[in-house]
Amino acid sequence: MSTTKNSDARSSREKAPAGERVADWADGRLGIYSLAKANMRKIFPDHWSFMLGEVCMYSFIIIILTGVYLTLFFHPSMNEVEYHGSYIPLQGQLMSEAFNSTMHISFDVRGGLLIRQIHHWAALIFLAGMFVHMMRVFFTGAFRKPREVNWLFGFLLFVLGMFTGFTGYSLPDDLLSGTGVRFMEGAVLSVPVVGTYLSFFLFGGEFPGGDFVARFYSVHVLLLPGIMLGLMVAHLILVFYHKHTQFAGPGKTNNNVVGMPLLPVYMAKAGGFFFLVFGVIAVISAIATINPIWSMGPYRPDQVSTGAQPDWYMGFSEGLIRVMPGWEINFWGHTLVLGVFIPLMIFPLVLVAIAVYPFIESWVTGDKREHHILDRPRNVPTRTAFGVAWITWYMVLLIGGGNDLWATHFHLSINAITWFVRIAFFVAPVLAFIVTKRICLGLQRRDKDKVLHGRESGIIKRLPHGEFIEVHEPLSQEALHTLTAHEQYEPAMIGATVDENGVERKVKGTEKLRAKLSKSYYGEDSQIPKPTAEEYKEITSGHGHH
Amino acid sequence: MAAVVVLLIALAAIGGLYSAVAPTGQAKADETAQSLTITEGQRLYSVGCASCHGTGGQGTSDGPSLVGVGAAAVDFQVATGRMPAATSQGAQIPKKKNIYSQAEIDQLAAYIASLGTGPSVPTEEQYDPDGADIAKGGELFRTNCAQCHNFTGKGGALTHGKFAPDLEGVDPKHIYEAMQTGPQNMPSFPDTTLSEKNKKDIIAYLDAVNSEDTVEPGGLGLGGLGPVSEGLFAWIFGLGALIAVAVWVAARTAKAKKS
Repeated sequence: MSTTKNSDARSSREKAPAGERVADWADGRLGIYSLAKANMRKIFPDHWSFMLGEVCMYSFIIIILTGVYLTLFFHPSMNEVEYHGSYIPLQGQLMSEAFNSTMHISFDVRGGLLIRQIHHWAALIFLAGMFVHMMRVFFTGAFRKPREVNWLFGFLLFVLGMFTGFTGYSLPDDLLSGTGVRFMEGAVLSVPVVGTYLSFFLFGGEFPGGDFVARFYSVHVLLLPGIMLGLMVAHLILVFYHKHTQFAGPGKTNNNVVGMPLLPVYMAKAGGFFFLVFGVIAVISAIATINPIWSMGPYRPDQVSTGAQPDWYMGFSEGLIRVMPGWEINFWGHTLVLGVFIPLMIFPLVLVAIAVYPFIESWVTGDKREHHILDRPRNVPTRTAFGVAWITWYMVLLIGGGNDLWATHFHLSINAITWFVRIAFFVAPVLAFIVTKRICLGLQRRDKDKVLHGRESGIIKRLPHGEFIEVHEPLSQEALHTLTAHEQYEPAMIGATVDENGVERKVKGTEKLRAKLSKSYYGEDSQIPKPTAEEYKEITSGHGHH
Repeated sequence: MAAVVVLLIALAAIGGLYSAVAPTGQAKADETAQSLTITEGQRLYSVGCASCHGTGGQGTSDGPSLVGVGAAAVDFQVATGRMPAATSQGAQIPKKKNIYSQAEIDQLAAYIASLGTGPSVPTEEQYDPDGADIAKGGELFRTNCAQCHNFTGKGGALTHGKFAPDLEGVDPKHIYEAMQTGPQNMPSFPDTTLSEKNKKDIIAYLDAVNSEDTVEPGGLGLGGLGPVSEGLFAWIFGLGALIAVAVWVAARTAKAKKS
């Protein structure tokens, strides 16, 4: 209202500058003034790891832009055609129109190969970025209240990204991706009772049929990216709404955000960073080949090549299949292919294990407060150990997925690698958990030592009576605050089992489990009590050395 | 005196007889050269091969019989340095430096060929990739060879540490012989399975996609090994570079100036 009044008053005197008039016109119709006012000064904290999400968003935008270009030339059809393009070693070969048009994009469309490579490299980097972004959020505890839902949105984006990638690299209908689609069909077929029906439904009949490229195309360019775009917007809105988390430090509390305003600082930084991301991906795409379909040739179900792996984000499913013993059960003429069905069941479990962790942790701690200050991973040893164990699990499966290349490049037996992965699948996460926890506790002790005794200065002093001591420099107040800002939980106990009237109540099993877990999280063996002010005073007030 | 006369007559008679019946034809002379080659080959064989394959090529517990393997097998195994093999080797006998001259290999081959008929060493026009159908070769390669040797012959793993080697830089003649004879774990593709022309097409395909002169249209080939090396590259150089950039950008923040 007041703006209208102002402009009315002014128009009687003089004409407002053009920019102001445009802004006024827009505000009158879109109401952006209050929106801009509320968000222009939105504060974001500065840390390189907070830019990982930006890497993901920018590579997603790059994927969409290049993807649109590719759709202009790609024919999602499985009609058989004869190749007569520029690439000599495939002249006259029969192939689907999908493969033919991808060859056309690669060799005969101006900039086509570069765009294709940007699209594919950006996809690999997008998924890798999401993985690292997710781990950053995990290890710093940024998933805690109020951000659990946003954690799930991010997780869904990662999973949808995996399947968008899968449907994408399957589109050219080359020998490698065709083998991947065959792999997927095999997994579908292994589902008891409905597997065969599902497979016929997906492929419109017997594999490979003439439909799947067109179907994957709709899923790849419309359905999945549409959902992802929506989720990404929701993800960002929630980041705005929750405000960004920050690491502990002087002046940083649970109720403020210390950093720079969105405008102009972050607009400039983020805009510049977009071009840097685009630049890095473009350089990589210009110098390194990805998915050379001309080398692989068109898909034919009777052909297969060694070294047939999916893109990295699907690699752990390949590992599950490769190391699983080929068990099967036959009864009444029906076969239950456990060798494929069990990996198919473990596949979502691997992903869900990390997705549900925030809810398990909040149940164990019983903490219902909001958290906007990030944890240092060492200060939450059990969570950190769980995260490292999960990554180890994932990596072990990736080794299994690439077992043939490990064998040829390190001159090992593929059978030995497979057995290593089978054992490590169960053992390595446990070892990683124990080792990580010990390392975290060691680092906590180190922090405590630093706070109480100061930093080792490297100066050796000889005292008059001949003794040598090392001079420790006290830390700055800022450093002391940062090292002791974290809060430490007490292990949750089972509440009183006898009420005021002396009536004993039954203790539920879940209650006992929770107390046990809480003890393993916050018991004496799981955290080093942080130095108290009294301890600090006592030590620093004492004269001389210790 | 009579004795001298008799001797002269006898000498003249034998000389005349010799000149009348002595072999003069070209073929006869060749046979001599051939048998000489075989003898030489046998000599080389007894030094370099007999300890494992037996004195007559009949095979022992350390090496298979060589009767009927043919000259092509000898030429492939010895010229690529696989034979003679070390007394103890890993899962598979690797390619190594060849210590025999081509003449010596031919002698060895002639000796082994004399033990029983087998495929002979191909002539240059049999394996010369010129004028062959590259695309057909590619199709045949993907159907018959790619399972072990990868799409473009970059090699792959077999069970228990065995492997199908990378085919880059392998002499076309040796590729031909390998298909013909099926060394070690490789199945053999005799002319009844893969015709002479098919073999030539395959050689031409490999020459086009996996030789030193092969042009990679998309830039660095990353080993031609598929998504595993691509994934590693994306993580290390892609995300690695982006994280480095992020650290760099974050380090250059607009800081309040200290007054």
